[in-house]
Amino acid sequence: MGLLSKKDTKLITDPLADNNPITIQVLGICSALAITAELKASIVMSVAVLFVLGVGNVVISLMRNIIPSKIRIIVQLIVVASLVIIVDQVLKAFAYELSKTLSVFVGLIITNCIIMGRFEAFALGNGPWKSFLDGIGNALGYAVILIIVGFFRELLGSGTLLGIPVLGDPIEKTGVYSIGYENNGFMLMPPMALIIVGLIIWVQRSRNTDLIED
Amino acid sequence: MGLKQNLHSFKMKNKDKKWLPAFNALFTFLYTPNETTHNGTHIKAADDLKRTMNTVILALVPCLIFGIFNAGYQHYLALGEIEAANGFLGASFWTLDNLLVGAATVLPLVVVSYGVGLAVEFVFAVIKGHEVEEGYLVTGMLVPLIVPVDIPLWMLAVAVVFGVVIGKEVFGGTGMNILNPALTIRAFLFFAYPTWMSGDKVWVHGAVERAGTPDAISGETLLGAYAQNSSLAGIDYWDMFWGLIPGSVGETSKFLIIIGAAFLIFTKIGSWRIILSTLIGALTMGLIFNGVVELGWIGESSKFYGLMTVPFWQHLIIGSILFGAVYMATDPVTASQTNKGKWIYGFLIGFISIMIRVFNPAYPEGVFLAILLMNVFAPTIDHYVVQGNVKRRLKRVKVKAA
Repeated sequence: MGLLSKKDTKLITDPLADNNPITIQVLGICSALAITAELKASIVMSVAVLFVLGVGNVVISLMRNIIPSKIRIIVQLIVVASLVIIVDQVLKAFAYELSKTLSVFVGLIITNCIIMGRFEAFALGNGPWKSFLDGIGNALGYAVILIIVGFFRELLGSGTLLGIPVLGDPIEKTGVYSIGYENNGFMLMPPMALIIVGLIIWVQRSRNTDLIED
Repeated sequence: MGLKQNLHSFKMKNKDKKWLPAFNALFTFLYTPNETTHNGTHIKAADDLKRTMNTVILALVPCLIFGIFNAGYQHYLALGEIEAANGFLGASFWTLDNLLVGAATVLPLVVVSYGVGLAVEFVFAVIKGHEVEEGYLVTGMLVPLIVPVDIPLWMLAVAVVFGVVIGKEVFGGTGMNILNPALTIRAFLFFAYPTWMSGDKVWVHGAVERAGTPDAISGETLLGAYAQNSSLAGIDYWDMFWGLIPGSVGETSKFLIIIGAAFLIFTKIGSWRIILSTLIGALTMGLIFNGVVELGWIGESSKFYGLMTVPFWQHLIIGSILFGAVYMATDPVTASQTNKGKWIYGFLIGFISIMIRVFNPAYPEGVFLAILLMNVFAPTIDHYVVQGNVKRRLKRVKVKAA
């Protein structure tokens, strides 16, 4: 670990588990519920947030001494909005179908509480390198949950992963469908995403009882 | 005395074993345990949780037996092998053939429901180190009665695991749950596998496997037929009342449900306030819809016309509103606790049930959704009733002081 000091490593690994933005801080839930019906959408969303949060944290951190604190929220919004527009345009240019699926939720990255939260809580008070690591770490923590939820919802809801049928064909009745298995339509609805996130929180807290707060 | 004493000393010997709650559950099911309290005065009452649960199960048994016969009856009737039974004691209803077919389809549902549900309860009791709670006894009986006869058993098993874990155990087990677990199970099945919970195939045993063949049979529930605006020629209101119609296993016979309700009210297990106010709510909504049709606000072309023209009293004998009102809405854990709250809670259940039934043809049966919704609101209703009482009394105190 020549590149990263111990403290820096913690910036990345902490949000992955013990300080996860979704399961511990309960931020960014809306997008976690809305777009995780497909694994592919979850991955693209994670990459988008990774980009926005990583770059955004650095930009805010570089400007932290010249932003007047009275208008800092506006400045933060402008930074996020420009980054999100870049992501949106790139998606529309190179992955049009996917940008249709994600629809308004790409634009809504702006309102993702994780991003504003990290700007406020971290980037405004730390140097660019640390802010960058913090942004990457939190975005990865977000991504881990999105991908776990997306994996289960797509597998159990549609019987596919990344659009590839893995459980057989539900119409031709091949694979597990031949013995009477059926896709669980409930998995495709947002409530089930909430329940899966809840189950992840449950497992996480029963493994590490320090996380239980009263 | 012999067996009980042996079991008791066995229990004493294994006091600190992890699996003891599992043993205790079976032990106390058979015998009153030997432990007595040593200090203080205690209210002695025979109607503990197990007694309460058993009473509800007793009230459900007639519905289950009828459901078994009805499953066979609908099967043979759809095949055209028997004549329609005339009335409750019709000759072609209480036959051995009906019993055999019905038992072969319904009893596995009961076994899966109890087996899976109790297994989950045992696992949680052992992990958490508390006693197995009796809450599942009624849920396990309700579940087979509120699903279609031909629901695949594995789906039922998945739903039971979901319902017991998410509906009950995550909140802390029996007595802590917000939602009625049996209805959570039905809601899960309904949203997860809608093709197996609605339509014109699943309600009659054998219809699904015959679909598409020359022997195809079908049996729609009355609500399904109404929702599609089709006419109901040849259906006798008495058939609906006695229960000789397709539907979920245990909810068809209004006659037996009324007997069950009388039993529950007599034993003071079920709240008559909830049952009565649910029926009033349903009738009110039915009357409103009838009024709307009479005023000519809605024409025959409307997709709601079929269900809106149903005379208000008929809403009580089609669909499962009675079953829901008697066995589900009265669940003491999830219902309102205050008397005034019970009136509001029940009225809204009936009101919303009929509203969903009429306005959303995709959900021909709105009862379970209405009850789940009101389960969520029950604590809020109680809160406001209690606060209202507090305010009134404070006022009285002030007047006195002044």
